[in-house]
Amino acid sequence: MTNLIIGLGVVLILIILYLIFRVSNLVSLAKTRTTTTDERVDSSNRANGALFLIFTIVALVSFFWYSFAHFDDYNLPVASEHGAWTDTLFWITMGVTVVAFTIISVVMAVFVYKFQHQKGRKARFYPDNHYLELAWTIIPAIVLTVLIFTGLRAWNEITAPASEEAEVIEVIAQQFAWTARYPGNNDNKLGAYNYKLIDAVNEFGLDLTDKNSFDDFKSLELHVPKGKEVLLKIRSKDVLHSLYIPHFRVKMDAVPGMPTQFKFVATKTTEQMRDELNNPNFNYELACAEVCGQAHFSMRMVVVVDEPAAYERWKQGQEAWLKQNPDYLKKVPAALREAAMISAGFEKELVGGVAGN
Amino acid sequence: MATTDIHVQQGVHHDDHEHHEHHGNFWTTYIFSEDHKVIGKQFLLTGMFWAVIGGLLSIIFRLQLGFPNANLEWLRPLLGGWITDQGKLDPEFYLALVTMHGTIMVFFVLTAGLSGTFANFLIPLQIGARDMASGFMNMLSYWFFFLASVVMFVSLFISTGPASGGWTVYPPLSALPQAMSGSGLGMTLWLVSMALFIVSTLLGGINYIVTIVNLRTHGMSFTRMPLTIWAILFTAIVGLLSFPVLFAAALLLIFDRSFGTSFFLSDIYIAGQALPNSGGSPVLFQHLFWFLGHPEVYIVILPALGITSEIIATNSRKPIFGYKAMIGSMLFIAILSFVVWAHHMFVTGMNPFLGSIFMLLTLIIAVPSAVKIFNYVTTLWQGNLRFTPGMLFSIGMVSFFLTGGITGIFLGNSAIDIQLHDTYFVVAHFHLVMGSAAFFGMLAGIYHWFPKMFGRMMNAKLGYIHFWITFIGVYLVFFPMHYIGVAGFPRRYYSWTNFQTFDGFFDLNMLVSIAAICTFSAQFLFLFNFFYSMFRGPKAPSNPWNSNTLEWTTPRVPGHGNWPGEIPSVYRWPYDYSKPGAKDDFIPQTVPFSETPESNLPHENDLIKLESTGTQGAVVVEKKD
Repeated sequence: MTNLIIGLGVVLILIILYLIFRVSNLVSLAKTRTTTTDERVDSSNRANGALFLIFTIVALVSFFWYSFAHFDDYNLPVASEHGAWTDTLFWITMGVTVVAFTIISVVMAVFVYKFQHQKGRKARFYPDNHYLELAWTIIPAIVLTVLIFTGLRAWNEITAPASEEAEVIEVIAQQFAWTARYPGNNDNKLGAYNYKLIDAVNEFGLDLTDKNSFDDFKSLELHVPKGKEVLLKIRSKDVLHSLYIPHFRVKMDAVPGMPTQFKFVATKTTEQMRDELNNPNFNYELACAEVCGQAHFSMRMVVVVDEPAAYERWKQGQEAWLKQNPDYLKKVPAALREAAMISAGFEKELVGGVAGN
Repeated sequence: MATTDIHVQQGVHHDDHEHHEHHGNFWTTYIFSEDHKVIGKQFLLTGMFWAVIGGLLSIIFRLQLGFPNANLEWLRPLLGGWITDQGKLDPEFYLALVTMHGTIMVFFVLTAGLSGTFANFLIPLQIGARDMASGFMNMLSYWFFFLASVVMFVSLFISTGPASGGWTVYPPLSALPQAMSGSGLGMTLWLVSMALFIVSTLLGGINYIVTIVNLRTHGMSFTRMPLTIWAILFTAIVGLLSFPVLFAAALLLIFDRSFGTSFFLSDIYIAGQALPNSGGSPVLFQHLFWFLGHPEVYIVILPALGITSEIIATNSRKPIFGYKAMIGSMLFIAILSFVVWAHHMFVTGMNPFLGSIFMLLTLIIAVPSAVKIFNYVTTLWQGNLRFTPGMLFSIGMVSFFLTGGITGIFLGNSAIDIQLHDTYFVVAHFHLVMGSAAFFGMLAGIYHWFPKMFGRMMNAKLGYIHFWITFIGVYLVFFPMHYIGVAGFPRRYYSWTNFQTFDGFFDLNMLVSIAAICTFSAQFLFLFNFFYSMFRGPKAPSNPWNSNTLEWTTPRVPGHGNWPGEIPSVYRWPYDYSKPGAKDDFIPQTVPFSETPESNLPHENDLIKLESTGTQGAVVVEKKD
């Protein structure tokens, strides 16, 4: 019943609008019949010119007001070294473009308002001016060159190879979760993997014939040390994903068949950020930024930044993947099995027992 | 600068046209017509149909984003099973909506609807030709587009849903039906439709280029062509060079999907199974896609730039400022558009060195774009502006081109792009600079040339209302997205509530959705105005805007062959508005200099003696400063 009433109401409104339109149409027809083209440029012209000016002023005022009043709402705190740099570039570019944008917008609005049609006035025949055109080719070119070179320096630095001492961590993407693999507490090297070895348990596709893989451990949270260079090795098992840590200004696609990487230095621990934001529940988060299917929007991983000492403690407390899944020992070549058990941290007495089999 | 044009005898058969009109039946006149004007209108109506569909899809997903807790049960009659039992939008269908919105708007509305309409309608009328070089190919071009439309439309209704991996259809997501249900039949139909669409674009493009180069009327040298034609010429060339690459990408994707090849697939473990594919590269697809995808942006925006240049000059009653600089910057943009594609791929894992090269080239493209903006603004300076609806939409387009273009300087900078890539900042950027700007160019063109298309005037007042709601609405929709993007919100998210980081901006998102609904509704004012005026609008004079270009020298409704009698000759450039000394504020291109001694510039007086020979095949040497 209510639907019917709403429907009728809508129809009624449409009919009324149509009638208004018809009447105003007839009135304007009667008017235009007696006027020339020149006079047809009527009061609506003044209204439109004024509206442009009003619109520009209101829009610019709201733009500046919102940008300053709500700065904290949209400004994402930064917690990485290169992030601070790219943020600076962002705000420099913002400064340059906002100045240009404001000037051009205002000039355009003023021109639109000021030079609206007046009866008897003739526009100025002004087809070109080479100096003017040259000026506004060269000036943007110079400004852009400056922006390009500052940007290039940052980009080259950010994408340069990581140092030897960098903490290497692998992040693996799949529909719809992230997992991290750490190089372990003994050899500190990531073991080899092969996607064909992936199964329900061996989700990394860990190649257990490689001795570096024995002590690798898995984590569902990404722990990184503060103040130390971290190199994320990124890969995907199925479709494209994109590793995105907003607070670190880190983003890199995860591509199946083509491992990628991104290096950064975190500058604030989770605790420090909690204090700074006055939010005891704050966590850094890792999101997916490349559409990857139904649950793309829920591919989340918590990122924890620790003080270096706390980070080492956390690492020591982790169990090797092989130790958690001793069934997989049989995939280790017999000759390496003992080394595997030692590396993975099996209890001493067990080591002898299994190796003897 | 001196240009030499040699005009050779243009086909003798033209003179026949004054003796007979084609009297076809309904089918040959309106459906399988080879007349460029009818084909242009067919493109326009199909484009408008798609614009409504594409807009509607965006309203549905904006409902989800603006009102995440709303019960959408009332949409069940429309969407059926895509509304879950809890009355929510299905997350996978959300992605399908986003994908189809993008595909439809970019290709079907702003490529076919914009280029197809105005290239077909304006080229012969503005260069003084009876019709396109090949009417039959032109007809084929529309019907291939129509077929593509049918296939794409059908894909909206299949049970596994339409393609849903984003309009860029990156594999492996789009290649593996296991990855999402939209990658099954929906994706197949998407690829078939796009293949047909590309055929349509190529057939059209070849025709546009050939017509512009070969069929210009006597005196219509390249430097006397209206900017619309220049823009369409560049658009057609860019399309001709880039669409085949998309065709190749689509073909290889079809092979990967259906015939077990591994062009784009490698090392994949999905749905509990390791796939045998190896050696392919998903990044290769992105290179191929964006080799079209970026020029495509200019395919969309260049015609809009051409149309608005023409309309702004006409309604400012001033010559366009820097005619040659406008052509030069369009040429430069067209060339550069081929060497900037990888700026969409800074963080895809491609070699960072490539990133620096593409950043350099990308930011260079801002220079010709800036020149265009400055030239537009200078054209307004000391003009005598008449705000016809076409003029309003043109100024609106310049405004969007500025607002949206300027954020390109952020995104083209690879270091800054790391953070902004795939966030709402990008969404705001391209919706303003190419989406809304091109859309406004299209609307401006429709309002401006409607009198020539249908012989009647559209209602101006409704046009003003339509403009102001749409102009303010578009800004309210896309401007807030900059803030949401700077805050890091990723695009193509069904909801952000899983993340603390993205917990906020409910107010802005709601504002955006409400503005989107209002803007979309306002388009029905336009549709009403359009169809009502087509039949009931006041009859238009043959040159309602006092414009200089050739199309306004045709009868009120140009018939087959466009001009009764001989095709007019052209004696001057199209922008002699408010020339000092002239009695009117416009001098059409068909008026010889010999008739306007009071307003001729010195070098133009020299051209008079060339006019008097008046023979076809004359050599016209034009010297300007």
